[in-house]
Amino acid sequence: MPAGSPELIRRLTELCGRRFVLTHPHELATYRSDGLLHYRQVPIAVVLPANTAEVAQVVRACYEARVPFVARGSGTGLSGGALPTQDGVVIGLSRMRRILSVDLPNQRVVVQPGVTNLAVSRAVAPTHFYPPDPSSQIVCSIGGNVAENSGGAHCFKYGFTTNYIEALEVVLPDGSLVTLDRDAPGYDLLGAFVGSEGTLGVACEITLRVIPAPESIRTLLAFFSDTGAAGDAVTAIVDAGIVPGAIEMMDQLSIEAAEQSTGAGYRLDAGAALLVEVDGPAEECEPLVSQLTEMCEAAGAFEVRAAKDEAERDLIWRTRKAAFASMGRISPAYYVQDGVIPRTRLAEVLRQIDGLAADYRLRVANVFHAGDGNLHPLVCYDDRVEGEAARAEELAGLIVKACVDAGGSITGEHGVGVDKKAYMPSMFAEEDLATFQRLRCAFDPDGLANPGKVMPTPRLCGEVPGPYRQHPLERDGVAERF
Amino acid sequence: MSAATTLAPETFEQAGAALRAAGAGGQRVRIVGGATKSGWGWSHAPYEVELHTSGLNSILAHNAGDMTATLQAGVPLAAAQEAFAQAGQMLSLDPPRAGEDGIDGATLGGIVATGDSGPLAHRYGGPRDLIVGATVALADGTIAKSGGTVIKNVAGYDIAKLMAGSFGTLGLVLSVNVRLHPRSERTATVVGLADDPRTLHAAAHALATAPAELEALDVNWRDGAGALLAQVAGPRSEPRAGRLARAMADAGLSEVELLVDGGRELWDAQRAGQRSSSRATVRVAARASELASMIAAVDRCDGSLVGRAALGHSWVQVDPGSIAPLRAELPAGATAIVQDLPGEGARENPWGPIQPALLDLTRRLKMRFDPTGTCNPGIFVGGI
Repeated sequence: MPAGSPELIRRLTELCGRRFVLTHPHELATYRSDGLLHYRQVPIAVVLPANTAEVAQVVRACYEARVPFVARGSGTGLSGGALPTQDGVVIGLSRMRRILSVDLPNQRVVVQPGVTNLAVSRAVAPTHFYPPDPSSQIVCSIGGNVAENSGGAHCFKYGFTTNYIEALEVVLPDGSLVTLDRDAPGYDLLGAFVGSEGTLGVACEITLRVIPAPESIRTLLAFFSDTGAAGDAVTAIVDAGIVPGAIEMMDQLSIEAAEQSTGAGYRLDAGAALLVEVDGPAEECEPLVSQLTEMCEAAGAFEVRAAKDEAERDLIWRTRKAAFASMGRISPAYYVQDGVIPRTRLAEVLRQIDGLAADYRLRVANVFHAGDGNLHPLVCYDDRVEGEAARAEELAGLIVKACVDAGGSITGEHGVGVDKKAYMPSMFAEEDLATFQRLRCAFDPDGLANPGKVMPTPRLCGEVPGPYRQHPLERDGVAERF
Repeated sequence: MSAATTLAPETFEQAGAALRAAGAGGQRVRIVGGATKSGWGWSHAPYEVELHTSGLNSILAHNAGDMTATLQAGVPLAAAQEAFAQAGQMLSLDPPRAGEDGIDGATLGGIVATGDSGPLAHRYGGPRDLIVGATVALADGTIAKSGGTVIKNVAGYDIAKLMAGSFGTLGLVLSVNVRLHPRSERTATVVGLADDPRTLHAAAHALATAPAELEALDVNWRDGAGALLAQVAGPRSEPRAGRLARAMADAGLSEVELLVDGGRELWDAQRAGQRSSSRATVRVAARASELASMIAAVDRCDGSLVGRAALGHSWVQVDPGSIAPLRAELPAGATAIVQDLPGEGARENPWGPIQPALLDLTRRLKMRFDPTGTCNPGIFVGGI
């Protein structure tokens, strides 16, 4: 425990009450990882503030003690973005789960950060909905969605979290409070904050935009002999100017795994399943069912099913959403990737992944958002076999590299966190990273908010403007100055 | 200002070198695109270099299959749209055309820098919602990119969004990567009239909350009468618009008219209402539910209004002397930014008030990106 911690913990206890400052190793163990369990770090304390004022006081106390802090929502993140730091405090936002207002005439909902994603859509149903829908939406928090700029299956048509945030009340890393509003004059600090992975401050009050729920939703499931044919169907659909609400693809291995857990009747003899969902006005949607069926068949689908009712639609989706969780049924361990490619390079990159998997003698299951080229390759391995975990990680890295080489991204929705920061230089040059750091330094010159995430190497801010002064860490060769 | 040196770099490297030289030499740079919005913001501080983006006018990529494109800052939006239309696509941005001859001189760089938009913002948002990446040059010559060329990407900070609406005060946008949408061959417009603001608001509310997937939903008001306009796009636009027409009539609008594949001049007029060479144009953001009070404020100031009914964004035209009274009349919580302002001379604060904590953060950001105060000095909030 760093010097000064007992004093900080005393201060946090004064602010939030003894019950809400956790320091016992058993209590802290719960918070040592987020959804990415192979990264673990026990923090010095976990504090659970009750409201925005308490968050501001907690952050201020950390700032004064120069102790880093990591904000945490539901802990479902898949990039280690909420991984604690050894010398830092975790600010858990799980007590802040109130929906503060629902204003349907203005299509706005104001929530605290601990409110779950699904709770928002439930609060405005049936007339409206909140489009970003990560697979973890039952538990993941809106605060976490803001930090990660979460996507989901429906973002090809509807966009991402950043497109639906109207305003944020943010506690800056020095404990001061500022409102970032889409309509306020000035820089788009709101746009810069969303997706900044907790490194610019803590969002405490979040104003979301909701939109009218579609009048009609039609869901189709098509089976193909291989992913290439399914990809051809996607191309035909997109080229026809159709913008489905979702287009999801699963390959043979992921069908096999998911079908074992849901028994929804996905064809086990298929090399690929394509889930296509169109939504919107009934006049547009209904004729698309036969049009999409024909397109899938023309691309080689040997069976196309249209969900007849909500129950059938649910079953189709449950299998898709169970894909990650079901992997345990066919593999003792797996490593999830989140690479993005231009959709038109799909067939080529999938062939590359197959080749790499063969070279590494590992199985890779593929589940992806086909419309926007966001792949989720699941690298299967046996953690009981010595060296296999390391091989899987190496293979996962090569898959990410293949995505970047194809003109894509290292992450489409999971975030960089700690897990992908080593890949950042494959996508961004030094000048790019240094420019990111300028933004970071404007918000957090002391580097206290979620340090060690996003950027591949530790960086310091330096004074601006003014004469150059050497930072002690720089002098000791621990960090570089940019 | 005739002493300013004019530069028109043709490569990113030249642009970076020009900024670096200016930054190091203590020269201030004014960035110019199509010069269609050059009067916006505070009056320019003196500058020594005028940097035009006219030499950066290539469409670097149009990946039709991926529905993305990369455009240099100096590409006129009209030229880009022409190229995309050939593939049945569009960039879903339709800010006002500049000039009365119908020539659209506004460039992507200028539209992004000012965050300008038109009726399509109803469905697609503004430039910040359509940019997926950008390459920028900073005052020290740094050339940096952020985002990517794919639609979905959360790697690194969103510098492109930061540039959108920054009025070039953080650096020069060299190119932007944008997402495109299909351009529907079929559209339909429905328009209805009202002379009671409450009726207009009731109709706007009915359409804004209907599951109609509208491309655009606009209002206008002048001299005690107004209209609501809705547009849908898609193969079955006509029957959909028929339902909208009935909804408008049910809400009490009169002379409801349905225009299949037409109505272009109505939308052009909405865009034109966002500009004025003779009066002041004030962009107001208020809650959509405040439409009737907005109209009352506009009437009291002898103004006119066009706007996005569901977003609460309006452009109000008033005489310059009525700007202050208009601000005072606006609904609580509304923000108002003066855009066009006829005549010469010092301007009143065009940006309106800004929270002190936010201004402080804004200044810190400016200092990090442009510590020498080189780029577009003086025009932005707080005199940045």
